[in-house]
Amino acid sequence: MKHTIKELEDIASQIRRDIVRMVHGCQSGHPGGSLGCADFFTALYFEVLNYNTDFKMDGIGEDLFFLSNGHISPVWYSTLAHAGFFNKSELATFRKLDSRLQGHPTTHEGLPGIRVASGSLGQGMSVAIGAALTKRLNNDNSYVFTLHGDGELQEGQNWEAAMFAPFHELDRLICSVDYNGQQIDGPTKKVLSLDSLQAKFEAFGWHVINTDGNDMQSIVEGLHYAKTLTGKGKPILNLMSTQMGAGVDYMMGSHKWHGTAPNDEQLATALAQLPETLGDY
Amino acid sequence: MKKYTYTEKKDTRSGFGAGLHEAGKKNENVVALCADLVGSLKMDAFIKDFPERFTQVGIAEANMIGIAAGMTIGGKIPFTGTFANFSTGRVYDQIRQSVAYSNKNVKICASHAGLTLGEDGATHQILEDIGLMKMLPGMVVINPCDYNQTKAATLAIAEYEGPVYLRFGRPVIPVFTDPDQKFEIGKAWMVNEGTDVTIIATGHMVWKAIEAGEKLAELGIDAEIINIHTIKPLDDDAILKSVKKTGCVVTCEEHNKFGGLGESVARLLTTELPTPQEFVATNDTFGESGTPDQLMSKYGLDAVNIVEAVQKVIGRKK
Repeated sequence: MKHTIKELEDIASQIRRDIVRMVHGCQSGHPGGSLGCADFFTALYFEVLNYNTDFKMDGIGEDLFFLSNGHISPVWYSTLAHAGFFNKSELATFRKLDSRLQGHPTTHEGLPGIRVASGSLGQGMSVAIGAALTKRLNNDNSYVFTLHGDGELQEGQNWEAAMFAPFHELDRLICSVDYNGQQIDGPTKKVLSLDSLQAKFEAFGWHVINTDGNDMQSIVEGLHYAKTLTGKGKPILNLMSTQMGAGVDYMMGSHKWHGTAPNDEQLATALAQLPETLGDY
Repeated sequence: MKKYTYTEKKDTRSGFGAGLHEAGKKNENVVALCADLVGSLKMDAFIKDFPERFTQVGIAEANMIGIAAGMTIGGKIPFTGTFANFSTGRVYDQIRQSVAYSNKNVKICASHAGLTLGEDGATHQILEDIGLMKMLPGMVVINPCDYNQTKAATLAIAEYEGPVYLRFGRPVIPVFTDPDQKFEIGKAWMVNEGTDVTIIATGHMVWKAIEAGEKLAELGIDAEIINIHTIKPLDDDAILKSVKKTGCVVTCEEHNKFGGLGESVARLLTTELPTPQEFVATNDTFGESGTPDQLMSKYGLDAVNIVEAVQKVIGRKK
């Protein structure tokens, strides 16, 4: 471990503060999924992923990460800033004119840490597969990680990709699903049930693991374990249960905070629940 | 009228296959992907010599475009292959977000474009693909005119950094361009110098423009014929220079006149040099089953249609 669990939890608390402040600052964006995935991003960037903050698009010899559900950009931007890809003061520009921190992540403005645009859902797994194929051709044994929303899995392209990856034995591909059971129009069970994602991915030939995405110990151990599963010819799916809005009591567990910004009073309430650990931007 | 002859007929898709094979030999970063149409795209030679650099994706075009975008990360130059319909309309959003907006070095190579796909009918005969692709910021759009030009274009795009749409077709047509030509992206080719009218043609319509030029010469009309193989970026200078001389223009393409080459030329001329223009193109319609020759005739894409359009546009000159 590079950090203790307590240290990682402190980083996640700061990332959560940044998320609610960023979304409040422009009165738009997606706090719910961002908060729910703060622990995952902390574990990934501060414990699991091997990368250089001197960003190079080709990422030769580095682990790569692709965010498929691009609307949770606030959590990624905050994580990248605290990991050293750019100055955290830039977080204040989120969703504002002339910013590199676009509403959804993009390479277009040259923000370090991002390798493909996402936002239109369902495309990230295919892109990650391509990156993994190139790593194989280059004899580069590093890993490719992704994150997907659970509602996002209603997009058909995911299942084209899910069929492809095991057939080509891409066992250095580690995909995580933000399994919070919520989407814009309501619970996934009511909008279009995903039924058993575990059974579906196993039937497609994936090795499925289950983690608690809001328990730092669980997610760190899960991602480390996932890396040990390579060599068996199966891509790995981390089915990560989370709470939308995790860390802010009034946002938790409801789809209502998928894409709504807090007002001044709600911001104050949220910040009171999230200790400032690394200094606000 | 300059005399053009040919000794053989070949399909432009075979020019792509030969170009891909040669590009693969020249640069080990060239990789290819296909969605279950290897034979139709003439990828066999590449696959035989570079099996590890070929990815069969199956019937999953959206996944293919995403994988191609991802393969650029780490330095590969992916060429995707399927029919033009499945290369564009089916995967528009994947191209828009993962390739064009993300500025990935992907070459989208599309066979069986237009009516000359023939008997399969309108589900497969896309006549809107040039429009779809030229609308994307940063996308280069190329529609070569014969086997040799398609081969040269394939080699050229391998050396160009950025997203490209390369459109070619199924039927065998005359091979009349130089086998050793150097293909310059965005540079028009002067097929025949003339003074009375500018005929601007792309793809399969270039040979028909040459046939039309010969008929026009018999009628005493001296046609300038320009091959625009690169629809985007358009060679503005070549078009303006010619039209200044001739004072009227006919554009020819195997594509809907909505969104095609003709509209790009009209946009240029209406802002720089307003000029009478006629369109030889399909007119807001789907195709249908039939032989390629029957379809080109029925939908007004023959040499005789170019001759008629020229006579009409000359009559509109002031």
